[in-house]
Amino acid sequence: MKLNRRTLFKLGAVAGAAGAAGIATTSRASVASASKGARGVLVDTTRCVGCRGCEAACAEANTLAGPEMPGDDAVFASKRATSPTAFTVVQKGTQKSPTGEDRFAKMQCMHCVEPACASGCVVKALEKTADGPVVYHTDRCLGCRYCMIVCPFGVPKYEFASVTPLVKKCTFCAGRQAQGLPPACTEVCPSGALQFGKRADLLEEAKTRIYTNPEKYVHKVYGEDEAGGTSWLYISDVPFESLTLPAGIEKKPYPELADGALSAVPFVITLWPPLLMGMYTFSKRRDEVAAAEGTGKQEEGHV
Amino acid sequence: MSEHALKPDVLGGPWMREKFFLGMSLRAYAKSLLTPVNAIATAILLAGIPTIAYRFWKGLGATTNLSQTNAWGIWVAFDVICGVALAAGGYTVACAVYIFGQKAYRPILRPAILTGFLGYALVLFGLVVDLGQPWRLPYQFFLTPGTTAVMYEVGWCVFLYLMVLGLEFAPAALEWLGLVKLRRVLGSLTIGIIVLGVTLSTLHQSSLGAFFLMTPGKLHPLWYSPFLPIFFFVSSITAGIGMVVVESALSHRAFHDRLDPAAPVDLDRITLGLAKGGAIVLFAYFFIRLQGLVASGRFDLLATGWGAWYLFEMLGFVLLPCLLFAVAARRGGATLARVAGVLTVLGVILNRFNVSLIAFNWNVPNRYFPSAGEVITSLTIVTIGVLIFRWIVNRMPVVHEHPDWRGAH
Repeated sequence: MKLNRRTLFKLGAVAGAAGAAGIATTSRASVASASKGARGVLVDTTRCVGCRGCEAACAEANTLAGPEMPGDDAVFASKRATSPTAFTVVQKGTQKSPTGEDRFAKMQCMHCVEPACASGCVVKALEKTADGPVVYHTDRCLGCRYCMIVCPFGVPKYEFASVTPLVKKCTFCAGRQAQGLPPACTEVCPSGALQFGKRADLLEEAKTRIYTNPEKYVHKVYGEDEAGGTSWLYISDVPFESLTLPAGIEKKPYPELADGALSAVPFVITLWPPLLMGMYTFSKRRDEVAAAEGTGKQEEGHV
Repeated sequence: MSEHALKPDVLGGPWMREKFFLGMSLRAYAKSLLTPVNAIATAILLAGIPTIAYRFWKGLGATTNLSQTNAWGIWVAFDVICGVALAAGGYTVACAVYIFGQKAYRPILRPAILTGFLGYALVLFGLVVDLGQPWRLPYQFFLTPGTTAVMYEVGWCVFLYLMVLGLEFAPAALEWLGLVKLRRVLGSLTIGIIVLGVTLSTLHQSSLGAFFLMTPGKLHPLWYSPFLPIFFFVSSITAGIGMVVVESALSHRAFHDRLDPAAPVDLDRITLGLAKGGAIVLFAYFFIRLQGLVASGRFDLLATGWGAWYLFEMLGFVLLPCLLFAVAARRGGATLARVAGVLTVLGVILNRFNVSLIAFNWNVPNRYFPSAGEVITSLTIVTIGVLIFRWIVNRMPVVHEHPDWRGAH
């Protein structure tokens, strides 16, 4: 092929597309996966008495309006969800324990080891930190709400009432943790239901409690492999569904679900342009031959 | 080249009259605008534009039925996700004409590209209305790019493809304005631009499906599939073909006086060619959807209400238009092909609504239904598109070729 101006333009298009491949390089590595020292919380629901002290501490630490109906157990009558003004809520389970006691579970962001929200965020407003918390940068979020679409636990909440709305969720008290303090909720918990520490240690602790009390506990740590693992871990003596923890969550890290599609991108970018150019060359040649033979068929096309 | 002799001058002068007032005087032109269609369009805009202003003044909560469980409504499902699919005619026909050398489709190329260009521009407009803080839209390109996000790739592709479509349509505008040199330069770039456009379209049409790969459990298993990107890509081709069949039939009727009597276009013949392509692609699409069902192994769900809804989509809006296209192509029934085209377009809309709204959050008690404000806004966006399309077709060489540029790239 003679290198003329036309050919150069075609090459330019291919090179341009290849350049775009550089931009679109995708890798999960940039979502910092939790390091060995990443923190977590073990929730032993058999110890929770439903005092909702954690709700009050959370509201104070995040300067939110205090929890609704403080000190009134009537609040458990309806199913509550976290909201832009309540990053954690305690729910009463639908099933009593074998010993006849009420069971409760605290809900908040699970701080996934490999969070769907952070990997899917187009402006890195949500970011997984090496210490464990999934943090939110208020100055980046453009409000596409994709985090709400992908979160398997339904955690991110949006300020729909605002004209400059933001996503709101539990921060795992990342600011307090940076100062060496535990998350506010774990600090006030009077019954020892919330234990803050390294996730790896807490997982061992959770399993030890199950092994040493095999009659008492359900033989599962919720959060060990839900969505590929979460920083918050739960153990219980009633089925986890009865504590309104979502059942049937995929066991693999959510970003993995989109890996195949993302890894196809560089291939399309590098293979499509030469393939299409090849087809163009064939069809052009066909037309030229047809014109030379004077059949005039090229104008008819293949309708 | 008589038009080049006309120079821009005062309102109502010969250049303005020729280029903007369809050769009429200002008064005659103003009078010609008083039509029933314009009255309806005006009514929609009078309701829609204040609604959009209200959304920016009071926020999403005041105008939409969005909630903490239903974070996306029709502004995403219709304005963005359907919008991109329905604008696929541009790359479908451009690929057929330029890459596969199917020159017979040239007469419908420019309307398809214009539909695509306006479609994408309006997708962007719809997105700005839907985003909580749209002024931060550029952050993904230079400030804090989220390179691991599917949306990052879609953002780049849509942004670049909008520019590509602008370049693909620019020859028509340049011919209209008589800018010969620039038009010639653009002509020499055609193939490169088309190749880039097809590549970008392959990427982002499929990636819209990839949005939902991280939503197993939320999207009903009959629609959730690891093959969603492939489903979205193949169905975007069916959407492109369906849209071109429907849009060319409507344009042919509406812009009859803009057609070139010296170069009559046999639209029925073009439509039947499209019908053949439509039948083949729909058939392939039907079978890859079936493969998705086989891979999921959830045949048991077909016996549920959701199964009936799934079959309604698959049989009524994929298999039926496929068969109708095939019969039309075989028997030469252009009208039947147009019916199939309408069904195909509705089928793609139905599929996108199912994936992003109807079968999404299927197991959540409080379901979403759009507010009046949301519907009016979407209607306004479509109306703006139709009005701009009509304005351009009435002036630029879109449904006919410019006499000086016949057969040019």
